[in-house]
Order: sequence, then structure tokens, then C-alpha cells
Amino acid sequence: MSRILARFNVSFPGFALDLNLDLPGRGVSALFGPSGCGKTTCLRAIAGLEHARGGYLEVNDEVWQDDAQGRFWPTHQRPLGYVFQESSLFEHLTVSGNVEYGMKRVPAPKRQVSLAQAVELLGIAPLMDRRPAKLSGGERQRIAIARALATSPRLLLLDEPLAALDAQRKAEILPYLERLHNELDIPVLYVSHALDEVARLADHLVLLQAGRVGASGPIGELLTRLDLPLAHGDAAGAVIEGTVQGHDAAYHLSRVDFAGGSLQLASTVARPPGQAVRLRVLARDVSLALEPPRGSSILNILPATVLGLSEDSPGQTMVALDAGGARLLARLTQRSVDALALAPGMRVYAQIKGVAILD
Amino acid sequence: MPADALGDAAWAAITLTLELAGLTTLILLVLGTPLAWWLARTRSWAKGPVGALVALPLVLPPTVLGFYLLVTMGPNGPLGQLTQALGLGLLPFSFAGLVAGSVLYSLPFVVQPLQNAFEAIGERPLEAAATLRASPIDTFFSVVLPLARPGYLTATVMGFAHTVGEFGVVLMIGGNIAGKTRVVSVQIFDHVEALEYPQAHWLAGGMVVFSFGVLLALYALNPTGRKK
Repeated sequence: MSRILARFNVSFPGFALDLNLDLPGRGVSALFGPSGCGKTTCLRAIAGLEHARGGYLEVNDEVWQDDAQGRFWPTHQRPLGYVFQESSLFEHLTVSGNVEYGMKRVPAPKRQVSLAQAVELLGIAPLMDRRPAKLSGGERQRIAIARALATSPRLLLLDEPLAALDAQRKAEILPYLERLHNELDIPVLYVSHALDEVARLADHLVLLQAGRVGASGPIGELLTRLDLPLAHGDAAGAVIEGTVQGHDAAYHLSRVDFAGGSLQLASTVARPPGQAVRLRVLARDVSLALEPPRGSSILNILPATVLGLSEDSPGQTMVALDAGGARLLARLTQRSVDALALAPGMRVYAQIKGVAILD
Repeated sequence: MPADALGDAAWAAITLTLELAGLTTLILLVLGTPLAWWLARTRSWAKGPVGALVALPLVLPPTVLGFYLLVTMGPNGPLGQLTQALGLGLLPFSFAGLVAGSVLYSLPFVVQPLQNAFEAIGERPLEAAATLRASPIDTFFSVVLPLARPGYLTATVMGFAHTVGEFGVVLMIGGNIAGKTRVVSVQIFDHVEALEYPQAHWLAGGMVVFSFGVLLALYALNPTGRKK
């Protein structure tokens, strides 16, 4: 099975990276953690920009680094794409010069992504003759991504590509990143400290804490693990994958099926049936009932099983739920938990007040 | 006074000066590039001492530099013995000697602008190039050189103009041999000593105009603060 295996043990003054990563060889894996936890260093080590002595790196059955065997491919020999936090375009070249720079250095038989494809995916065709200095931050970052893609990388490394952008620019780029995810079969390592980006893009999540892996697993599972800080606080919530079944234009409601049943959600856009969508259900939007409620204004009521409970903040409890294999979180007051006498294994009804479509 | 009234001696001096400055600048660009690159990127302890050594001609009286060059390149000096052993003869009082002296004398004027240009580029474009499959040599020619173009322009103009303007080192190691080591600045000195003020005026005025023109062109082509 294709995997990305990385073992790095590097010490810097005041900071040590001690990582043992085993990531799926496809889809988007996010390295998530606060500033200074070693995310960027880890990505740089994978790119070979930092030589992590004694390290080991294997990308889909190809060993890029194994210091025990004296193997260390320098960065320019690794078939990867790297997008820096600041776009780092070559200011002396036009946009097309930038996008072609890496592609020209890849032998023709090894090119899997065509220039036209990279340009089209990122929507930069109108910019090709411009100079980088004249572009907005969002445009620059899209060009940087196209430039990396045009080298037909076997691993795409994104180092907080949205961190330097304002909310509007972020919103402008996210759809392009989602297209990469959906249309290209290139594994992506995405470094971020923004939970909303990760919830939207990542399939697999690695939590980094002070240079170590705190937890690693599929995003739906990690976001709802009560022993992790991700599953606590106001922004805590679950991510579920679903498929569009239909759209009711009169009520502006879309029906999405997922492992645990069917959800109706407000949407002004009629998505085609069969389209895969990712939904985010915040813990604060979920309440629980022991009986199926009647006469409720809430549209989405799903049977679920309590997996566990954990104190969230004084007086507030986070409840992890299993709804037909999909994981959900509900944040309740401690008083409600006691009144319902909730305990692991209990059958309940989750009332979902709000669901957001992420893509 | 018409141009040919400058006299053959003056034209010979002008030609010699331009040849000397041109050749010196060329050698300095070739030698200065790796030196400046190293100075811009090294973390070695030697950076300080080497940088100071490169800058030394900025502060030393040219006579001091010329004196030591004369001694080392002379028949008993280490460099002199080497050039003799190689069958090149002795460098002092020859055009080759002048070139060698000028290279040392104008070194900081070429190395420092290049070093500044390389430092200004920073690490990031090099890393970006590496992630785009460019080898270090490839990166140097496809990214560093184009980005350092303003630095090269400054280095070329400053190196050339400064060599044209040298006097002390030339006199110490080149002497005053017509057509061989007598450059414009020395020729002016000769004229003044001989009280030939009109001839001195033409050459000196020419130097002023040349130097001003060169610097003006430099500032016009390379306005600071345009980028970024």
C-alpha cells in the first residue's frame, strides 16, 4: 500500500523535532498545530531544504532519504512541489516564465501535468504575461501553486499557503485547492494552524505538539476524539462526507446522504445529485433527546449512540456520538447531561440545528 | 584646441587607460563573483577577516598598496620568483603588472556591490528554484544572475571608473613608460610638472566629464528604491 513514511530527529538550539510519520500516500494530509510546533521544519525536512541528520523518508515506495544508508537526495532531485507561505515567485520572470520554470526542468516523458492543465486548474490564464510585482497576494499564491504543479510532483507540500492572505483572498483560493484535491491524484501535505482550512481540505490529520506527533488519523475521527484539544471549545465540530441526493428549489434545501442517514440543509445552490460534499457540523449546533422529538422545527434528527463524554469547560460537556459510522460532537450543559443521565452506549437522537457545506 | 592637438602621447595614454580599465573590470567580475557569493552566504568565521581584506584598498593610501605590490612582484619577492619560474618575467613596470595592481586596487568596488546584491536576494528564491528541480549551478545562472543585474551594473561601472581614476598604485608599480604604463592620470601629472597647463586641462576636463557621465548613467539605469 502506498504510504509516506518519515522519521526525523533533529535538534536545534531550544527546539527538537522528533517525528515518526506514517501517512496515506494519497489525499490531503494536514500537519496541524500552533506556531513553533515544528510543522514548517518538518515540511522543510521532507523537501530536503533542511538536512535532518539520521532521517528516513519514503514516498510511495521510493526512498528519498535514508541517512543510515548514506542516501540523501538534494531538494532539486526530489520529485516534489513546494508552495511557500509567501509565494516566492521569481520577480525577474513573467507569470508564464515562473510557471514554466520548473516544468522545463522535468524530462518530457515524466510530465504528467500539462502546462495547460496547471494554468486551467488555478485559473491563471489571464495573468500569464504579467509581472509578479503587479499581482495581488491571492493571484501570486495561485501562480506559485500552478508553478509547483507543473513539475508533475509526486508529493505536493503546502506550507501555510493561505496564512499571509486576508479572509477574502483565502476564500478566493480555497476552491482552487479543493479542485486539486478532487481532480489530481497527487498526495498533498498541508501545513496549517487554521482549523477551518484543515476541516475543509484535509482527509488525514496529524497533530503536532512541541516537535512530536500528538495524534494522527482520519480527519473525521481526530476532530471528534474527546482526549484531543481539537474536540473542545467553541469551534469544535465534526466533519462528515456525504453525497448530494437532490435539491428542493422551493425551500432552498439540499438533501445529502451520509453514513448515518440523510440531512437536509439550506442551500441557494442546486448541486448535481451524486456530487461528493463535505459537511461541517459544529458541536454547539447539536442537541440530544432520548425520544424522537415531535413537532420540532429542527429538520435533521438522527439516531446515534453515545461514544463518550468529557468536560469541555465549567458546566459544559462534550459528547462524542456515532451515527451509523459517522462521528458527531454535541456540546451540552452539564445539567442536561445529568438530566438525561447520558452514558456511553446509550441510544439518543441528535438534533442538528446547523450544517455547513464545505465544498 | 582640436582633438588631434592632444597629441599622440595623450591618445596613447587614453587608449592604454581604457584597455587597463576594461581588462581589470573583466577579471574582477570573473574573480569577484565567487568571492562575493562566498562572502554573502558563508557563516564561516573567516567572513570577517576576508571581508576586511577585500575592503582594505578603500582605506589604504595607494602608495602603500603599490609599495607592497612592488616588493612582492619584484625579483626577490615571492610573486616575482613565481612569475620568473613560470617564464612570465617580472610584472612591475609592465602592463600585466598594472592589471594585477588594478585588480587588487579596485577589488572592493566590484566585490561589495555584488555581495550586497547577493545578500539582498536572500535564501528564498534559491530554495524555490531547488524545489523546481534547478541544480545549484542552474539556479545561479537562471535566478541569481538576473536578480543581481543591478548589482552587476554598479560593480562594472564602479570597477571601471575607479580603475580609470587610479594614480598612486600605477605610479608605484608601473612607473611612467609611454604607451606601456603611462595612463591618463599619470599623463596629466606629467603635463602639470612640465607646466603644460592647456594639455593638462584637456585631459583633466575630459576625466571630469567622463566620470560624471558614467555616474549619471549608473544612477539613471539603476535608480534605487524602484523595486519592491
